[in-house]
Amino acid sequence: MQDTIEPRTTLRTLILEDYLFTDDDTALIDDMSFLDEGILDSMGILEIIMFLEERFQVTVAEDEMVPQNLDSINNLLAYIERKKKAA
Amino acid sequence: MCGFAGILEFGSTNTRLPDQQLLRKMADTIVHRGPDDSAEYVDGALGFAHRRLSIIDLDTGNQPMVSADGQVAIVFNGEIFNYIELRRELQKRGVEFRTTSDTEVILELYRRFGIDFVSQLNGQFSIALWDSREKTLHLIRDRIGICPLFYTIETGRLVFGSEVKALLPALRRRPSISLSGLDQVFTFWAPLSPNTIFEGIREVSPGEIVTVSDGVISTTRYWDWPMPSGEYSAAPESELVDDLRDLLVDATRLRLRADVPVGAYLSGGLDSSAIASLVLNHTTNRLRTFSLTFDEHEFDESGYQSELVDHAHVDHSELRVGQAQILDNLERTVWHTEMPILRTAPVPMGLLSGHAHDSGFKVVLTGEGADEVLGGYDLFKEAKVRRFWSRQPQSSVRPLLLKRLYPYLKLPAGKDAEYLKLFFGNGIESPDDPGFSHSPRWATSSKAKRFLSADVLAELPGDPVGPYLDSLPEAVRLTDSFNRAQFIESKTLMSGYLLCSQGDRMLMMNSVEGRFPFLDHRVIEFASTLHPSLKMKVLNEKYLLKKAVRRYLPDAIVSRHKQPYRAPDVTGEAGSDSGVVGACLSGESLRATGLFDAGKVSRLRNKAARGRLSTSESQAFTGILTTQLVHQQFCQQ
Repeated sequence: MQDTIEPRTTLRTLILEDYLFTDDDTALIDDMSFLDEGILDSMGILEIIMFLEERFQVTVAEDEMVPQNLDSINNLLAYIERKKKAA
Repeated sequence: MCGFAGILEFGSTNTRLPDQQLLRKMADTIVHRGPDDSAEYVDGALGFAHRRLSIIDLDTGNQPMVSADGQVAIVFNGEIFNYIELRRELQKRGVEFRTTSDTEVILELYRRFGIDFVSQLNGQFSIALWDSREKTLHLIRDRIGICPLFYTIETGRLVFGSEVKALLPALRRRPSISLSGLDQVFTFWAPLSPNTIFEGIREVSPGEIVTVSDGVISTTRYWDWPMPSGEYSAAPESELVDDLRDLLVDATRLRLRADVPVGAYLSGGLDSSAIASLVLNHTTNRLRTFSLTFDEHEFDESGYQSELVDHAHVDHSELRVGQAQILDNLERTVWHTEMPILRTAPVPMGLLSGHAHDSGFKVVLTGEGADEVLGGYDLFKEAKVRRFWSRQPQSSVRPLLLKRLYPYLKLPAGKDAEYLKLFFGNGIESPDDPGFSHSPRWATSSKAKRFLSADVLAELPGDPVGPYLDSLPEAVRLTDSFNRAQFIESKTLMSGYLLCSQGDRMLMMNSVEGRFPFLDHRVIEFASTLHPSLKMKVLNEKYLLKKAVRRYLPDAIVSRHKQPYRAPDVTGEAGSDSGVVGACLSGESLRATGLFDAGKVSRLRNKAARGRLSTSESQAFTGILTTQLVHQQFCQQ
């Protein structure tokens, strides 16, 4: 099924609900580092990868599992965009 | 062990005498600590109540005990392991004893030497000693903090007891949760001594004496963990191995002194196996051992336990525990821990002491303390690797050693080093920071604070880590980083959590006394003379201990990868609207308590119901649930 909600909202909702446990939209800034801010731990990163693969139909290669791709909302969005273009 | 409670009225306008009925009521709250006998004693403004668990001198050791001239009275919880030697010395000086108990030895030592007698004791104890000549009360706690002792001051009187619950009948109002205590639990896993989780209630800190005289309260420290200043023993390694073995044999031998049978816990690890083997090889005791096993494979050590049982031919039984029992027993566990817990590990320990009790045992030896004293924890290794890596912070290879340390750590494949840097790199640039060893753990635990309510967050005094590190004695700040990590671990996690929530409280809830040979102060003082490399050689933990006990143990036990004791969590029930979770974590209940943000907790429960929580989230869940239980059990009318 095609995701009708834009990726930014989808990702923000995931992080706000499941990792910041809040509905306060201002609690998350899009270039905030998940790891520096303690939002995600090792398992959280794996969960995000799984989420990307399931929701956005991208396959995350091992050498792409780097903070530059996965460590903020903006990094995630740019990564998804690159992957879709490449496909 | 036993339990006691008491009241000292010292207000100038207060002429009330302690009420014997009230004293009995206080002691009855801790009947589990001493089901064998009870008695009260009142002398003017002072009242004592005692519950006895008979272990030594079953016939004449009853308490409260008063000196022959009626001038000194005592209630005492614990054991003085060298009481036979001390008694003999006193007899040589002409003292005549009426009993064969260790309690009377304490009384006579005090009469001879005054309060300085404490330094002669080898044991685990909390003591309340009333000198009617001086109208002075001394509350004394053992060096390490094995036996608990709490007190509070309420307008002109001091109320004290072995557990917080023993104070409650005497208090004019229920205690409230101390926000700074809660902040400390959600950082260090336990309040920093002398704080407790309750506002206004303090503990006598390990190694300290609280004295009340003429209404003035003062504190004296008689012992602290020794800090090497850089000069270590120059003796050859082989001699140190022999010395350590001899010391452990003697510490174990002393801890077998009892007029009832003594058993032992067997985890399958090096420490408890070492203690069991010392008993078997150096005493004539037949040993009965007890173990925990778990349904969940990742927590279970039964393979190693069987290895030792087969090797040593001990009479052994095991108790199998699953997630359901942990949840069923959580409420009762918290009633005994008297503080929130971030992990469920105390619950199975409480079930195990029940099993030992049902098997007819009042006393068990355990291997507790070896990791702190002789350098065993993964955290010490982690700090060592991080320090090694901090010398070359750009290295991609150095942090890979952390993977060896935590093989179960789930990391995205391929770029391990990148993530290891992010997960363990916290503080890597400041290896000389006194909190360097513990900062990753404290950061993980502290994440639970994001679930505190806005009102509570606004009232918190600020991060407790800085003030704690600032309070470290200069000798600790200046010593080797390994010694410093040991000191911090012993003072925070060990005495506040391991010996309390996971130790004394879980044992005594079923009237079982734990004894810990590795925590004999002579072993601690000896270990402080060892160069850190004899505790951890490169990344080989408890190096000297392994050498000392290798001859008794199967290789599989000595060379096994250390597995920290953990138990299944209860997050599987997070979504439940019934039972303890439903009752404590409903929006209504959370709002009534006011400590946590009901919306955030609800989201945490939803996440748990959908899948597994991370380590910090699971700790938060258990911490929130058990804080709510503490509030319900102790703070509500």
